[in-house]
Amino acid sequence: MNLGSITQAMNEPERYELDAPPQYHFELDRRHFFKMLGGGVAVFLVLKPLRAFPQSGARSGEGFSRFQRQLPQNLGAWLHIAPDGAVTVYTGKAEMGQNIRTSLSQAVAGELRAPLGSVTLVMADTELTPWDMGTFGSRTTPQMGTQLRRVASVARDVLVRMAAERWNVPVESLAAADGHIMNRQNGQTLAYAELAQASALAKAIIEDDPLTPATEWTVAGESVAKIDGREFVTGEHKYSPDMSAPGMLYGKILRPASFGATLKSIDLSGAKAMPGVVAVRDGDFVGVAAPSEQEAERALAFIHAAWNTAPQISDRELFSYFKQNTEEGNSQGWEGRTSHEMGSVTSGLAKAAHRLKQTYTAAYIAHAPLETRAALAEWKDGSVTVWTGTQRPFGVQGDVANAFQMALDRVRVIVPDTGAAYGGKHTGECAVEAARLAKAAGRPVKLVWTREEEFAWAYFRPAGVIEISSGIDRDGTLTAWEFQNFNSGSAGIMTPYEVPNQKIEFHPCKQVLRQGSYRCLAATANNFARECHMDDLARQAAMDPLEFRRKNLNDERLLAVLGAATKQFGWGRSPKRTGHGFGLACGTEKSGYVATCAEIAADRASGMVRVIRVAVAFDCGAIVNPDGLKNQIQGAQMMGLGGALFEAIRFGNGRILNGQFSSYRVPRFSDMPEIEVVLLDRKDQPSAGAGESPIMGIAPAVRNAIMDATGTALFSLPLVPDGLKA
Amino acid sequence: MARITEIEVNGSARRIDADPETSLLHVLRDQLDLTGTKYGCGEGECGACTVLLDGIPQRSCLMPVAAVSGKRITTIEGLATGGRLHPLQQAFLDEQALQCGYCTSGMILTAWALLRARPDPSEQEIREFMEGNVCRCGVYHRIVAAIRRASDLMKKSNA
Repeated sequence: MNLGSITQAMNEPERYELDAPPQYHFELDRRHFFKMLGGGVAVFLVLKPLRAFPQSGARSGEGFSRFQRQLPQNLGAWLHIAPDGAVTVYTGKAEMGQNIRTSLSQAVAGELRAPLGSVTLVMADTELTPWDMGTFGSRTTPQMGTQLRRVASVARDVLVRMAAERWNVPVESLAAADGHIMNRQNGQTLAYAELAQASALAKAIIEDDPLTPATEWTVAGESVAKIDGREFVTGEHKYSPDMSAPGMLYGKILRPASFGATLKSIDLSGAKAMPGVVAVRDGDFVGVAAPSEQEAERALAFIHAAWNTAPQISDRELFSYFKQNTEEGNSQGWEGRTSHEMGSVTSGLAKAAHRLKQTYTAAYIAHAPLETRAALAEWKDGSVTVWTGTQRPFGVQGDVANAFQMALDRVRVIVPDTGAAYGGKHTGECAVEAARLAKAAGRPVKLVWTREEEFAWAYFRPAGVIEISSGIDRDGTLTAWEFQNFNSGSAGIMTPYEVPNQKIEFHPCKQVLRQGSYRCLAATANNFARECHMDDLARQAAMDPLEFRRKNLNDERLLAVLGAATKQFGWGRSPKRTGHGFGLACGTEKSGYVATCAEIAADRASGMVRVIRVAVAFDCGAIVNPDGLKNQIQGAQMMGLGGALFEAIRFGNGRILNGQFSSYRVPRFSDMPEIEVVLLDRKDQPSAGAGESPIMGIAPAVRNAIMDATGTALFSLPLVPDGLKA
Repeated sequence: MARITEIEVNGSARRIDADPETSLLHVLRDQLDLTGTKYGCGEGECGACTVLLDGIPQRSCLMPVAAVSGKRITTIEGLATGGRLHPLQQAFLDEQALQCGYCTSGMILTAWALLRARPDPSEQEIREFMEGNVCRCGVYHRIVAAIRRASDLMKKSNA
């Protein structure tokens, strides 16, 4: 086994839109089930084939854990009401700061008409929760939220029917509220706990009877505080790096001299001679486990290794490299080349009164979640349990099973609520490494990546080059739009503007750095290029940027956020101070609609650019938790400021050159602009995810504001890593 | 150098057995299971590992355990008294000044020291004092609001 190559291959980017799921038959073994749970009411959500997400590779019945094999195998989620009234909901989604433990609990409590405090979520445990592709792509709220509401609504119906039988009255005479069924005729009530003394089992199907419309929601729709917030402010919550097990050793990995390096020679004897130290070499994988982290570090220092390395390109050559190294195939697991064409760009350009051709670039950036990758692995009787912070517990289960060539049901992955991910924790390398060391040591091993490892050996948001060629007619109407994206990805690549002639293409390129998902992924780069370009076109047409966008937009929801953000900001009305500039941008991605206005101050002498004020309007359909949503939107602006202004990975010859917080600057308190958030609660629209799309407007809004203040057009993300050039 | 065998944490003397050069962070986390103190960067740049030494916020990742003998160490676990949250902890909840929560203990302990030095800090003073603490989720505005709120809560309870 070559662990090095396995971990390299494990990086799997998002695939939002795959169909063709596997079909499984549905069977419930009632006896088995209640033996496990001790009675009560249970409702399973049975997934129909529609839009389910297939796992990469085969997913056979053998792949399920022993516990899950007792359950129907095409479940999306399930819910159990115990005889004491406790409601437990099982979902494969993971909590990592986006606050879904709270928002999903709200959805269940509201639909079940049960107190929020009676609902507990069991999340992201491959042994206990139904299979789930992963927590990404803003799918939790629209998909899992709907599934859980469905399950809860069926559970409520079951309870109503049980009460109707018990009282021998028609179900129509009963109502559910606050954890009780009430007889409307005589006011008699029965608690869910009393009803759950009897056992009942039901299945829910996603197209079942309609859910409560958002206009009639209870609990859902309210600003509920983080459900277990107290554990976080007291330090009690155990993240993956906080886990421990009796007899546990601490792991450390010897990292190669550069990306892709292979071992030439190695001498483990120094490490092996240390008391209590286990040193492992397996292919290009080298690691140690020791009774303390310090001893593990010392042991690592005693290992002498020589590596075969090859010259590699640096960030300076990156963009020309992409242009010369397109890969139209599917080598990185990306969706491959995409191409969209409508009308004729050539004739659209010929007709245009103004034409504009620009190239935009985006650097690689790091997620840098404050909790680095960590895993605790423990083997027992040929099976392994791993606690690790990941967005894809079932994917990591597969990664571990593949690495050790063992059956999936011998691997259990448990995800403690995690210290953030931002799209950066899809892969299972840390889990595999910890499991490998634990296997060799015959004891539990905890591995916590250092910050330097997290920067260098995780993966990055893809860098990219985007070329736009466009035309407008005399009154500012778009006539042609050609958009060529090299490497950064196809998310958010389509223009929301009305253009009769368009050609929009994504070209995957040969991999330079290991890259993968990121909050909003390519939509940030694509929207940056598009919205910068729209501003530059507005300038050519001598039109106000807002007026120019409105002229070319027909999307009612995008127009609405644009109107709301500019109103809040005072667009066109705010007086402008010397050196200050205003900019705006809008965009839509994953059913979220965002418009962002920014005011910046640029100091020509020092080159300093400060973002002073941001107004952002967001529409993600019916809002589940307004304050939680606002928190996500504010946070997305702050995080987005980093990628907009100064974050960029520097690299050369297969090494990261700024992989520390002292050299890779992230937004801090001093970077805070004033942020005003406007929420558009569209109760007539399904709820969309909101952790990602609010980030996509800030970079172009700031860029356009810099242009407004200084007349300098910038074309690269980050915009001013070293300040504004004179 | 002799091994370090005792430190004072959250008001009690705790037995440890550590090489003098071991970081306080590792001793707290690995020997005393006080895991509310977090590793974030190991170079004192992010503030996740902040503890109070005689009331002064320090980076435990850079602090050799030998340097803390005779000092009173306060970690996030020592802030609530008798199950009652410290006003800062309450204010962080009231303002929902967290997302993933990983930076929260460092934020709260740093703010504790700020409020001791400046019971009624301005927003600018808060920003400057907190500059060394990173919240990657970007919850900065709410943290500032939470510190302001804690300041008010503490004034009221002292009144």
